[in-house]
Amino acid sequence: MDTQLALWEVFIQKKSGGDHTHCGSVHASDSAMALQNARDIYTRRNEGSSIWVIPSQFVTASKAEDADMLFDPADDKIYRHPTFYVMPEGAKQI
Amino acid sequence: MNTTLDIHSFQEKLDKDYNIEPKDVMPDDYRKHLIRQISQHAHSEVIGMQPEGNWISRAPSLRAKQILLAKIQDEGGHGLYLYSACETLGISRDELIEQLHEGKAKYSNIFNYPSLTWADIGAIGWLVDGAAIVNQVSLQRTSFGPYARAMVRICKEESFHQRQGYEIMATMMNGTKEQREMAQDAMNRWWWPSLMMFGPHDSDSPHSGKAFEWKIKLKSNDELRQKFIDKTVQQAEVIGLTIPDAQLKWNEDKQGYDHGEINWDEFKRVINGNGPCNKQRMDHHKKYHAEGAWVREAAAAYAETISKI
Amino acid sequence: MTNQEALYIYLLRLGDNALINGHRLAEWCSRGPFLEEDLAMTNIALDNIGRSQAFLKYAAAIDGKGKTEDDLAYKRGEREFYNHLITELPIGDFAYTVAKQLIMSCFDVLVFTDLSNSKDETIAGIAAKALKESRYHFVHARDWSYRLGKGTEESHRRYQNAIQDLWMYTGELFEMNEVENILLQEGISNNLQEVRSNWINLIMPILQDSSIRIPTVDYMQTGSCKGIHSEHLGHILSDMQYLQRAYPDAKW
Repeated sequence: MDTQLALWEVFIQKKSGGDHTHCGSVHASDSAMALQNARDIYTRRNEGSSIWVIPSQFVTASKAEDADMLFDPADDKIYRHPTFYVMPEGAKQI
Repeated sequence: MNTTLDIHSFQEKLDKDYNIEPKDVMPDDYRKHLIRQISQHAHSEVIGMQPEGNWISRAPSLRAKQILLAKIQDEGGHGLYLYSACETLGISRDELIEQLHEGKAKYSNIFNYPSLTWADIGAIGWLVDGAAIVNQVSLQRTSFGPYARAMVRICKEESFHQRQGYEIMATMMNGTKEQREMAQDAMNRWWWPSLMMFGPHDSDSPHSGKAFEWKIKLKSNDELRQKFIDKTVQQAEVIGLTIPDAQLKWNEDKQGYDHGEINWDEFKRVINGNGPCNKQRMDHHKKYHAEGAWVREAAAAYAETISKI
Repeated sequence: MTNQEALYIYLLRLGDNALINGHRLAEWCSRGPFLEEDLAMTNIALDNIGRSQAFLKYAAAIDGKGKTEDDLAYKRGEREFYNHLITELPIGDFAYTVAKQLIMSCFDVLVFTDLSNSKDETIAGIAAKALKESRYHFVHARDWSYRLGKGTEESHRRYQNAIQDLWMYTGELFEMNEVENILLQEGISNNLQEVRSNWINLIMPILQDSSIRIPTVDYMQTGSCKGIHSEHLGHILSDMQYLQRAYPDAKW
């Protein structure tokens, strides 16, 4: 049986200190190859300072039909945001 | 699951110009249309490596050699981004390649023409990539998220491709008599096939209806073709190249060029497999895919033994 | 031979090695075993061609006759090239290329480590950049060495054959002649005899871990230091130099 090898998700950190952001996927047979392929494909133009690769099979994604159940309940919790609170006139921000 | 409701929310997303994401519920025809379009796009990038690859070993300077190699590598990278986008729809790259080899999936007709002289490398970069980018810019806002994101990345990377092609043409038009003739000859051979890249006239375009409704396609074939012509004619004039179309004329009313009729018989003939290089391109792809099989097997077998995954 | 003449030849050798190796690797473009590897090979080819441009540019400056790096790449004949024979051999199958790359990248890492401390600042600068690139080429070749050596029966057989076929071209890498001796005394080049023992220490464990038998050969090929090559180089040049030769007045 032919194979294009396993699928890996690639996360690139642009600058040290920043987030690793998902940027695409590569095919590779092992983690060393996945890392090298990610480097050769996604950082050709100085896009990276660090790379994570994760086998796609280990990514668990939330389901679209659950979106309302998962995310809508946060809509009305506006007290979690600083702008909810009234600052007395003249008080300075910390 | 209430399917009607899902389609409704799919439609709602489209209406609000939200991206459709892989895990979203989507009509089966939408998925099929996307797989066909994205894989055709991916195959085009990959097959497109061949006519340009034909000149890597003969590039006339170290600078030109590096630029050409980096450019063809980009095409491969773009093929890869697009395969990735397609894979999110639940089809493997294996299957996509199989469809290509069985002739079920197509690639852009333009790559069935040969690259005969160095000027062809200029013409491909300038005209073929120029045409491709007009199309790709409009696809950055296509409705399927992974496709749109791949397009954004591709457009960013491709911006140098068209320029380097134009630079080659400009340098040659500035050079010896032989070079100018070579450049004009390449122009003559690549102009019409480039116009064909946008596909049939809107009135004859069989797949466009649904593609517009689903916001996969945002601009029509003729609109995009017109945009390309208007942009390119001026660039040709600046460097002294003649567009091989006696009927080409500025139309003051539409603020664009009118052009002669495209040879649709040739278009159909090449699409149906009788272009100068159809067989050569497919044979090349099949050959190296087959020759790579033992390498892929070895890598997979080694991974089993170390079970790093 | 003056120091300047020695330096010129030495730079040609560094430049030619990178140029011919890069030229060969570029042949993998659109021919890789899968798309990711196609792109990886191209990256290595690009590193090499870029490196050759830097070395040949410096060679042209040392030569002082108003030539450019392109003149040196595109207008010299077979007998004026100094690349090691191994670089000009055909790419063969993927195992053959991996074997070539393992042999050359081990060598390059060691040479450029030394040359990054060269008393010639231009060489040291190019070498420091080349070293970073070659360290990556080395890791890439090493990991494929393991995969092919221990992958399947077929990959092992192909890889073992490739190492066997190529081994007779490794002796030449460590030859010291007048050019190297002059520059070694000046602190510009390095001692290739020392590189040889380091190279063996570097490559042997990798081949062993790849389950590859170390070949024994009766004779090591030689000749490139005198510009005597295999038949392959002439074909590379007739291909590579075609436009420059066919249209000598043209600028591209």
